[in-house]
Amino acid sequence: MEVLIYLIPVALVLGGAGLVAFLWSLRAGQYDDMEGPKWRILDDGDLQENSTPVEAAKRKAS
Amino acid sequence: MSAPERDWAAFVTNTDDGKAHMDLAVDGITCAACMYEIERGLQKLDGVEKARVNLSSHRLSVDWDEEKTNPSPIVDMLQKLGYKAYPFDPAQVKSRGDAVGKEILRALAVSGFAAMNIMLLSISVWSGNASDIDHETRAFFHWISALIALPTVVYSGRIFFRSAYMAIKTSRLNMDVPITIGVLLATGLSVWQTISEAEHAYFDSAVMLLFFLLVGRYCDHLMRRKTRSFAENLATLKAESAAKIQDDGSTLDVPLSKLAVGDRVLVRAGERISVDGRIATGTSEVDQSLVTGETLLQAVGEGDLVYAGTMNTYGVLEIEVTAAAKGTLLDEVNKLLETAMEGRSKYVHIADRASQLYAPVVHAAALLTLIGWIMLGMAWQPALVIAISVLIITCPCALGLAIPAVQVVASGLFFNERVLLNAGDAIERLASVDTIVFDKTGTLTLPEASLSQEHGLSAEQLELAGRLALSSSHPLSQAIARATGAQQSLPDAKELAGKGVEAQIDGVQVKLGSPAFCGVSEEQLAQAKEQHPDASFVAFQMGDEAAHLLPVGQFMREGAVETIQKLKDAGFAIEILSGDHAGAVKHAADLLDVESWKAGLKPQDKIDRIEELKAQGKKVLMVGDGLNDAPSLAAANVSISPVSAVHVSQAAADAVFLGDSLAPVMSALIISQKARWVMNQNLAISVIYNLIAVPFAVLGFVTPLVAALAMSGSSIIVTLNAVRLRMIAGTSSQPSQEA
Repeated sequence: MEVLIYLIPVALVLGGAGLVAFLWSLRAGQYDDMEGPKWRILDDGDLQENSTPVEAAKRKAS
Repeated sequence: MSAPERDWAAFVTNTDDGKAHMDLAVDGITCAACMYEIERGLQKLDGVEKARVNLSSHRLSVDWDEEKTNPSPIVDMLQKLGYKAYPFDPAQVKSRGDAVGKEILRALAVSGFAAMNIMLLSISVWSGNASDIDHETRAFFHWISALIALPTVVYSGRIFFRSAYMAIKTSRLNMDVPITIGVLLATGLSVWQTISEAEHAYFDSAVMLLFFLLVGRYCDHLMRRKTRSFAENLATLKAESAAKIQDDGSTLDVPLSKLAVGDRVLVRAGERISVDGRIATGTSEVDQSLVTGETLLQAVGEGDLVYAGTMNTYGVLEIEVTAAAKGTLLDEVNKLLETAMEGRSKYVHIADRASQLYAPVVHAAALLTLIGWIMLGMAWQPALVIAISVLIITCPCALGLAIPAVQVVASGLFFNERVLLNAGDAIERLASVDTIVFDKTGTLTLPEASLSQEHGLSAEQLELAGRLALSSSHPLSQAIARATGAQQSLPDAKELAGKGVEAQIDGVQVKLGSPAFCGVSEEQLAQAKEQHPDASFVAFQMGDEAAHLLPVGQFMREGAVETIQKLKDAGFAIEILSGDHAGAVKHAADLLDVESWKAGLKPQDKIDRIEELKAQGKKVLMVGDGLNDAPSLAAANVSISPVSAVHVSQAAADAVFLGDSLAPVMSALIISQKARWVMNQNLAISVIYNLIAVPFAVLGFVTPLVAALAMSGSSIIVTLNAVRLRMIAGTSSQPSQEA
């Protein structure tokens, strides 16, 4: 049963790390907008021209 | 007259790294594309460091370098992109940080972490108890559980402890009192068991209880926050600011919170008056419909009192700000409102009523268990353990979730029907309504004046009238311009203040304005008034032809007739209480086929009537919007305001409905009735659970394992049952969605 001396603290530290990560994300405002981010991933406005794989392939082909 | 400079300094705060920061409410964001458009557009501006739109709250947060730019180009750019934006007054924005929500969420996270880790240890102990765990290992596990649980109970439990303490201090009993007793006893017992190296400890029960209850508490908070943030956006977009006249004679647009008594503000033609005050210079007619319900314009001049929320029609007024002076309408309304609010707080929520029944029963059961076992010859320690286990297993876990879970689901349904809740318990109170009292002006009718369909003009004349109306800022003219959809004003149109507009078309003089201005006879006016008792009249004249009278007024809301009919069919008693004159009210009541109506009422009269109905045992729903309705909104059992209502009324109402249609009132009643049905079911489930669990606990069969299973099982069942509301309410309220 000596193994418990290591395993229990390890379990607590891992769980605690998750808790700290959550508290950080809460403080950093990660949950302030639950609608916007899912749309932001579809926004291509930040890309350079011809930088998507499809466009790059087209350029190569021509 | 150019728009006044705006005092931006009042809205700007500084960020930690020295940049200027401003939050704006933005109107017109409908989808993600608007979000990109606004952010890109602003980022192109020189000096703007960060622009981020919050798509859930429709707010924009901008940071900029104060040396390079100022807020004016930012707001101009938004205007150019087609969005109406108005900065938040930092003094008034309370929900921005949402401190309460974050506190609950942190407590929830901590209790979740603790519950999982303690459960890990508890399951080891339970399986060990069934096989071959040795004394040392079990004690070790219990001590670690205690180490995790004690700080958690202090940290996560303080939300309940605080509220229980407040309740006891004011000698009331709420749900948090039995919760606090249960959690503290479970923790205390477990510490004692741990010290005496007993077989069972209830740390997992105590912490899991906190976790489930905090979930319920957060749901409750989330619902109210949504409404509040929406209401703040609305208040901000209404631009409740005033053009303050400074010492040098120039005007500056300042938020209302920066005005002091004795300041002078300028109100131009067609603007809403945003302060209470006395007219220093200028004469005009004001539209008081939002304040008193009176639809006819009232002439005012120097020295007269005007109220916030009234509309200035044609003159330019300089108003000296007064505090709510004694004897004014606002003073009276505030006094009535205070009294009505006190009466309101006497209402006891279903959940608290349940806990008032529940707590004595459970605590008596625990006490009887203790006495019973001691009389049967058991030592007092094991008897106490059994008695406390009765309290632990009956701790109102399911009861704590039963109501909030339904409220959250119901508020989502309300939102789909365009109704926002101010108070969570409004659902229960709406469900018991049997009498509905409507205000007329602005509630049954639209808040903005519009042109009647029976105007008697040809399409050509109508277009001409509309184009003429564009040149005037008088609210009645604006209503005509809106109704005709006119785009282009006539080139040589001249506005004669207080009279009307005139122009030359191909050598023919056309006039639009007051009946006297167009030479309308008294007889013709009287005749028209008989036909449209609820309207004001604008005259239109071409050349030497006889003038036409155009009835302009506040006409019925869309769906008002159908909604009232449906409400009557559903068995509700309908009544109209209005501050307007009898002719207009009778006209509206006839249109809606409502027999019971009263006109010319003062705020106190409305309250008296509502109290009379309440005394007859009726449950009254008040629907109203004006300042004069605010006290009766608070006096009624439950109240709803349209979104166009004055601020005081919106704050006094339990719910606010959006849009021009009256149909949401009907949907709100339907949903709340179904929601109450589900709430009652949930309470019944909790009671049945206790009926099964308590005998086991009394007999001493409840181990921590049984407690954990029973607790999580009952919580999940009531939550799932609450979600079921979406299905039963979603299908049958379809017809009202189309309306």
